[in-house]
Amino acid sequence: MSEYADLSPGGPGVGAVEKRFFTFAQDEPFVLESGAAIGPVTLAYETYGALDPDGANAVLVCHALTGDSHAAGVYHGADPKPGWWEVMIGPGKGIDTNRHFVICSNVLGGCMGSTGPASLNPETGRPWGLAFPVLTIGDMVRAQKVLLDHLGVKRVLAAVGGSMGGMQVLEWAARYPETVVSAIALATAAKHSALHIAFHEVARQAIVADPDWNGGDYYHGPKPAHGLAVARMIGHITYLSDEAMRHKFGRGLQDRADFSFSFDADFQVESYLRYQGRKFVERFDANSFLYITRAADYFDLGATHGQGSLTKAFSRGDTRFLVVSFSSDWLYPTYQSRELVQALKRAGRDVSFCEIEAQWGHDAFLLDSPRLSGLVAGHLERTRRDLGRDLRRGLP
Amino acid sequence: MRYDLDLVASWIAPGSKVLDLGCGQGELLQHLHDTKGVQGFGVEQDEEKAATGISRGVSILQGDMAGEVRDYPDNAFDVVVLSQTLQQVAEPLGLIRQMLRVGKRAVVSFPNFAHWRNRCQLFFQGNAPVTPELPYDWHDTPNIRVITFRDFHRFCNRFGFTILEAVAVKTDPASRGGLVLRLLPNLRATYGIFLLARS
Repeated sequence: MSEYADLSPGGPGVGAVEKRFFTFAQDEPFVLESGAAIGPVTLAYETYGALDPDGANAVLVCHALTGDSHAAGVYHGADPKPGWWEVMIGPGKGIDTNRHFVICSNVLGGCMGSTGPASLNPETGRPWGLAFPVLTIGDMVRAQKVLLDHLGVKRVLAAVGGSMGGMQVLEWAARYPETVVSAIALATAAKHSALHIAFHEVARQAIVADPDWNGGDYYHGPKPAHGLAVARMIGHITYLSDEAMRHKFGRGLQDRADFSFSFDADFQVESYLRYQGRKFVERFDANSFLYITRAADYFDLGATHGQGSLTKAFSRGDTRFLVVSFSSDWLYPTYQSRELVQALKRAGRDVSFCEIEAQWGHDAFLLDSPRLSGLVAGHLERTRRDLGRDLRRGLP
Repeated sequence: MRYDLDLVASWIAPGSKVLDLGCGQGELLQHLHDTKGVQGFGVEQDEEKAATGISRGVSILQGDMAGEVRDYPDNAFDVVVLSQTLQQVAEPLGLIRQMLRVGKRAVVSFPNFAHWRNRCQLFFQGNAPVTPELPYDWHDTPNIRVITFRDFHRFCNRFGFTILEAVAVKTDPASRGGLVLRLLPNLRATYGIFLLARS
């Protein structure tokens, strides 16, 4: 996911917001899919808008790989950076905070306030590092469920997310169909392709090959900054597309008229990648990157919830779906969304699908797009209207 | 709403489950949802039309109808609609069979190629007809099928589709008004609408 500071927020936002924290599993540990148990667990989260008395207007926003709970608005004080989905969340936007109560939490395993490998292991008093158990998208979603229960949100009108956020949305729909009235899955897939896993592996190898990584135990010394920056650079290449890069950089040179005949960043694209890598190192933990990419690579909805059948994974419940792909996304190509849609149709689910023509590659779901906002707003509106009708009729 | 779509809507029972192939912006489905509580699903190839329909709250899959219809289980719908599109379909027989596999009933409508104006253009002017219903030149037309009522009846007999209802109408492509014709329909009607069932 791109650095969202580059994005121009479309219209007024939700204003000042505050990051909150919720801690659970203090007494009983939280058992992960791997069988390992951790506790206590803290999740960082933010909310925007207000929950209706009937509780029918909650929208859960799930963030992508390296995102966080800060989906919209700005923090008090010196940090002017708006949330990563400022273009989508706010008054009158695709997810209208005048109408909806939006919740976004930082995933378990993250490093933006949630428990992850950089947190202190209560048994040793030192950061977990590689002693942190490997987790899954399912674990992240189960932790979010505990948070929603704590917030008194019994049912969400929609779970919404793109990329790895979309995987969480699908996991929600398969695991807790009764909790999710609708699922909006953008630029995502029911499982990663070999190509995708390959990119993640190269990125992970860049981190573990950094001498400062030190087997994951680097919290009291220099960080594996170079490896993490390279991992981020690889990511950025996959988030764009041939066309997007040509359009954005071409073969343009950075701050010079001719080649330097060295290995400095002569080309604009090199300079861009190095800048993105540096910026990422300032805010992200290398071990979190390893754990979260692993969780995304392990994700296979059909295997986990349908004994190998994606159709079976969606066989329970009444969740309706909106699936969106982007034409130039080669990380989560349209064929994967179509596979998802096919399984949903076979399972008898109400599903809408649209492939948006966009030249910006995978990043398109984060950019200001009236078409995408319109799709999300329309889907939410109808879901809410139909839910209201069902509630009036006394249906569950 | 368009006159012919009104007629189609009149054949659909309240509360039923409908699939509309080539649904455009989902006008028919929205109407059926709002007036009859119909659970509607559409398929539309064009991104802009599909997106507009979804933004209005209709469930639409953007894709190729011949491909999309194959994924549904048998009897998934009460009615499957193919409105004013049969003339553009590459494999009409396969598509109608699929429609009657996934739906208990199928509604098919198309412009009548045997309309007197088409006949006159061919007979007196000697050129391939260009009319409000078929507004394209021969070299630049999505309409690859030439269909008349008589042809369609024969087709249904031959391949075992039962025609439950057949209506010949005279209406403009975008008109809200129109007439149902009983006299000389194959000559006078601009469109035919058929309700089909498996034999």
